[in-house]
Amino acid sequence: MNKPKVCVLLAAGINRDYDAVYAFEKAGAHVERVHVNTLASCEKTLKEYQILMFPGGFSFGDDIASGKILANKLKYKLLEQIIEFISDGKLIFGVCNGFQVMVKLGLLPGFDGDYRSQLTTLTFNDSGKFEDRWVYLKVNTNSDCIFTKGIDDFLYVPVCHGEGKFFIEEKEVLDRIISNNQVVIQYCDGEGNFAGYPFNPNGSVNNIAGVSDETGRVFGMMPHPEDFIRITHHPRWTRGDLPEKGSGLKFFLNAVEYARENILSD
Amino acid sequence: MIWRVEVGFNPGVVDASGESVKKSIIEDLRIDVDSARTIDVYTIKAELDEGQVEKVASELLTDPITQISSYNGTLAKDFSKVIEVGYKPGVTDNVGRTAVEGIEDLLNIKFKEDESVHTSRLYLVNGQITDEEAERICTGLLANPIIEHYSIRDERSWFTRKRDDEKYFMVAESHEPLVAEVNLDVDDEELIRISAEGILSLNLEEMQRIRDYFKDSKVLEERKKVGLGDKPTDVELEMLAQTWSEHCKHKIFNALIEYEEDGKREKIDSLFKSYIKKATEDINKDWLVSVFEDNAGVISFNEDYNLVFKVETHNHPSALDPYGGALTGIVGVNRDPMGTGLGANLIFNTDVFCFGPPDFPYEKLPQKVLHPKRVFKGVRKGVEHGGNKMGIPTVNGAIVFDDAYVYNPLVYCGTGGMMPKEILGRESHVKTIKPSDLIVMVGGRIGKDGIHGATFSSTKLEETTSPTAVQIGAPIVQKKMMDAILEARDKGLYDAITDNGAGGLSSSVGEMSEFCGGCVVDLERVPTKYPGLDPWELWVSESQERMTLAVSPNNIDAFMKICKKWDVEATVIGEFQSSGKIHVKYEGKTVLFLDMSFLHEGLPQLKLKAAWKKREFESPDFSQPDDLTLDLKKILSSLNVCSKEWVIRQYDHEVQGTSVVKPLIGKEDDGPSDAAVIKPLPGKKEGVVVSNGINPKFGEIDTFWMAASVIDEAVRNCVAVGANPDHISILDNFCWGNPILSEDNPDGDFKLAQLVRAAQGCYHAAVGLGAPFISGKDSFHNEYQVGDKVISILPTLLISAMGVIEDADKAVTMDVKKEDDLVYVLGLTRNELGGSHYLMTRNLVGNSIPELDVESAKKLYSSLHKAITEGFVSSCHDCSEGGIAVAAAESAFAGGFGMNLNLGDVPIEGTLRDDGILFSESNSRFIVTVSPGKKVDFERAMSGNIFAEIGKVRADDNFKVKGKDGKLVMDANIYDLKEAWQRTLNW
Repeated sequence: MNKPKVCVLLAAGINRDYDAVYAFEKAGAHVERVHVNTLASCEKTLKEYQILMFPGGFSFGDDIASGKILANKLKYKLLEQIIEFISDGKLIFGVCNGFQVMVKLGLLPGFDGDYRSQLTTLTFNDSGKFEDRWVYLKVNTNSDCIFTKGIDDFLYVPVCHGEGKFFIEEKEVLDRIISNNQVVIQYCDGEGNFAGYPFNPNGSVNNIAGVSDETGRVFGMMPHPEDFIRITHHPRWTRGDLPEKGSGLKFFLNAVEYARENILSD
Repeated sequence: MIWRVEVGFNPGVVDASGESVKKSIIEDLRIDVDSARTIDVYTIKAELDEGQVEKVASELLTDPITQISSYNGTLAKDFSKVIEVGYKPGVTDNVGRTAVEGIEDLLNIKFKEDESVHTSRLYLVNGQITDEEAERICTGLLANPIIEHYSIRDERSWFTRKRDDEKYFMVAESHEPLVAEVNLDVDDEELIRISAEGILSLNLEEMQRIRDYFKDSKVLEERKKVGLGDKPTDVELEMLAQTWSEHCKHKIFNALIEYEEDGKREKIDSLFKSYIKKATEDINKDWLVSVFEDNAGVISFNEDYNLVFKVETHNHPSALDPYGGALTGIVGVNRDPMGTGLGANLIFNTDVFCFGPPDFPYEKLPQKVLHPKRVFKGVRKGVEHGGNKMGIPTVNGAIVFDDAYVYNPLVYCGTGGMMPKEILGRESHVKTIKPSDLIVMVGGRIGKDGIHGATFSSTKLEETTSPTAVQIGAPIVQKKMMDAILEARDKGLYDAITDNGAGGLSSSVGEMSEFCGGCVVDLERVPTKYPGLDPWELWVSESQERMTLAVSPNNIDAFMKICKKWDVEATVIGEFQSSGKIHVKYEGKTVLFLDMSFLHEGLPQLKLKAAWKKREFESPDFSQPDDLTLDLKKILSSLNVCSKEWVIRQYDHEVQGTSVVKPLIGKEDDGPSDAAVIKPLPGKKEGVVVSNGINPKFGEIDTFWMAASVIDEAVRNCVAVGANPDHISILDNFCWGNPILSEDNPDGDFKLAQLVRAAQGCYHAAVGLGAPFISGKDSFHNEYQVGDKVISILPTLLISAMGVIEDADKAVTMDVKKEDDLVYVLGLTRNELGGSHYLMTRNLVGNSIPELDVESAKKLYSSLHKAITEGFVSSCHDCSEGGIAVAAAESAFAGGFGMNLNLGDVPIEGTLRDDGILFSESNSRFIVTVSPGKKVDFERAMSGNIFAEIGKVRADDNFKVKGKDGKLVMDANIYDLKEAWQRTLNW
């Protein structure tokens, strides 16, 4: 069977690249780690790939603002290639720092196909600190997001970030993201109810943990599905009675399956 | 042209760092303020026009959703005081450096050599604050005058101030690089003065040895040929001082010691060879790959991979600047596994700190000593930034609090790595350098930072200590360097690698030259941060984030290409040779020419005296309280036992996706794990187990049993989660006061005797338990001088263990799992309350320190491992601080079930009161729970060992302990116990 090709984008300070490589390989993809400079110098192009992954990490140390410097680099060196990638019907996935990059580049929420305008942001957690903790996520089953298809329950995955508060200043933008069903996942408690800190670990507006563009093919989220692939990733796997269904692998399986059926076959 | 851009938050947006500052001002400094807000300042020194600056401000520096900015005025308004804080010129400014890269991308320009960006921060504080309080906010919280400048203004002086942004930037020094000659043909007094004034930290005998070398006619003849005279250059003297430093040569651990104990005298020729190395030789495990030879120890993991492990200390720099010191500590120790063999990829961090108590009274602090709470917060943040940004999971750690660490905090940073056993047919743990291989320096540039770090760490801190040894690490510079190096490693593009730590190039090139027999270096090729460095500074500077590699000329182009892709600077600075000489030139002129044999073997052995006297502490004499619940809560809340969740959560322990047993576990993800388990190879079942043992309180009584106890603690923590007891390696890490007897140090012989006994205890426990040392570290001179008083730390030994679990999916955690499970205690409880937390809560030390019966411990660990592997064990928790009571309580509240215990069933030696059974800290014990269905299997697996069923897991929340006479001695709700355990450091 034809394996979709994934480009896991590298830059100074990216550090969850291998986690993403493992998840995508486990999901049946062929994965390459590609440095942003290799794409900028045209040694390789995005054309070879069906899925582009912005992995987690601290690109450029989160200096100035998380994701900002990499977004700036991409804007001036790769944006046209990325927009073409989207219009070719391909998939883009960003996790944590990758989500921060996508938001600051303007790939999300991507209203009316405008992938150049930053309308939202990810900023410092209300707690004022970086935190590593597992969180429950509720999936919006009405969303068109390719990555969460078939996940109709809620999930349990880790967050590891200091700047994960999803924030929108203008009410119209928030309303539109919600009414478009672009809010794909939200933080909740173990029963699926919205609750304050620590269930919403960063103070995100409307408990938003991940958003997609209007096509559902471009998607970013703060939590790390790539760090819940095997059952022993779960903090309570030794207790046996795991009440949570689903796992992070599903995001990657969905992407690979979609790429195989809808992009490779074209 | 200098532009100043200020960036602040929109009204209505949470200023999280402003809120944190406000909280710290109120809670830590006890100064009442109404609010604190922050504004980031970017001072840009570059030829930019106004349009460009406007674009930089709005598109790069300002978040369009949450922030506003100004590039020609100030955003500061409505404040009582405005405080500006920024790094002094020459101190690493990571954000400033990144801003340069961002501006270059944005404007498609290149900054010139003398152009840069300086960052600072404004704090707008509101409230009734006096000038003295504002000053205290600066020096006590916001600024460290050693590396940062600060200013305090009120509204009037702020708006009328003259801008003087030039002061943020380095003034380029124009002096011609100098090489000085030092006349050593002088009397002894003068030799000592030269050593002291030059911060060489060499003693008289060493100085004499150097003097004599420069009188040797053969040496002089050869020097003449390269244009050098009969006096050493400053470059040469610095290299000798660095190579012969305590830090690099471990002179105390290799000394010839005359040891006296109970009137008996013996000569010990090297503690290291007699006890540490000897233990490893006597244990002789077939999985040892490279021990005590390289920057880190190497053991076999499975068929295809080796593991690498090293723990370092970074104490003095952390005392002066906790954030920078700890950050440099963690990124520094990363480079040890990275610089071992052909280089390892890094798979875990472990950090252990010793601090003064966070509630230490401010008025008792001597001048210049930072408050323990500030040290704690700064160190924690430094380790967070180092570990998280390098993308290495911090899986394990410990924090010890004691008054003895107020003046000298200890910061132990450890990093584990992994490498394929073979890389393109070469054994990865072997360095081989061919003459003609190029010497390549990779990573950061050289500045004056960290000069004399190696010799600085070999002296005590004083009120007047000058902090040239403090630097700020740059984790991203190191991360991309590591990524580039690993890519080059897997393509076989270099022959050897080592790190530039203490001693800089002098150390790395000097050590690597031993593999081929010499080198020649052209120092002017070395890239610098700024001009004006003298050759000796280039040679010994400890600027961070640098590695030195040996690259064959055939591979150099391919190697450079990879570095370029990663934006990593790499420079050929010379070549390796087989001349027997270290030969360093500057612009064609020889500035150093030393025989390798003298450099590496010329150091005379230190001769020291040690005298042991057992200390006697007051014997505990108090009646047992009827209800011991309060005692349990007190111990649970004590600083050393309480939950460290506040710290742990701020470290990333998930990154790399390898985690199996996390530091926080249990029903609500908040119980204290005994050891970490990670699976570094996806798809493989083997796991790496990481734990530690430390207990300086025991050392107050007897360092022999302290050493034995902490080795046992580290090993049993590993065993508790399922590590194979026959596959556990350990690292020793000694932090001591000054153990050299002298007029100024009248109890030096006792401190050395404590060291001797600790080393002997190490041998006893390591050999007895079969856990070999694979590497280690020592740090002496952990002392602080106030006036004529010297304050020494407690003798502190950290043992870090790295073990292997054959099948990580069989790991066990410490939280009880189900009601009605049976509770067992494994191991014998003795009357060993000396140094216990129970006595500590009564301000007593006691004398009956826990000893270690290695034979029964080894047997017990082997049986327990079998029981865990067979799946007979539901939960297993190490019994250490606080004894059975704390271990059982922690297991209960982590699992969310109550527990019944009967003290009459606990196997004890001799007679023990209920409080002794509960709180004695005897070694080699566990609290285990077993499902009733597996009782028979478990007991069969454990037969031949001392163990007993002592209770049952309850269905409800009650924790009930019956004394020997059947009466309740403890009765508590597990959630109350948990609350007591969590509240102390819940910041």
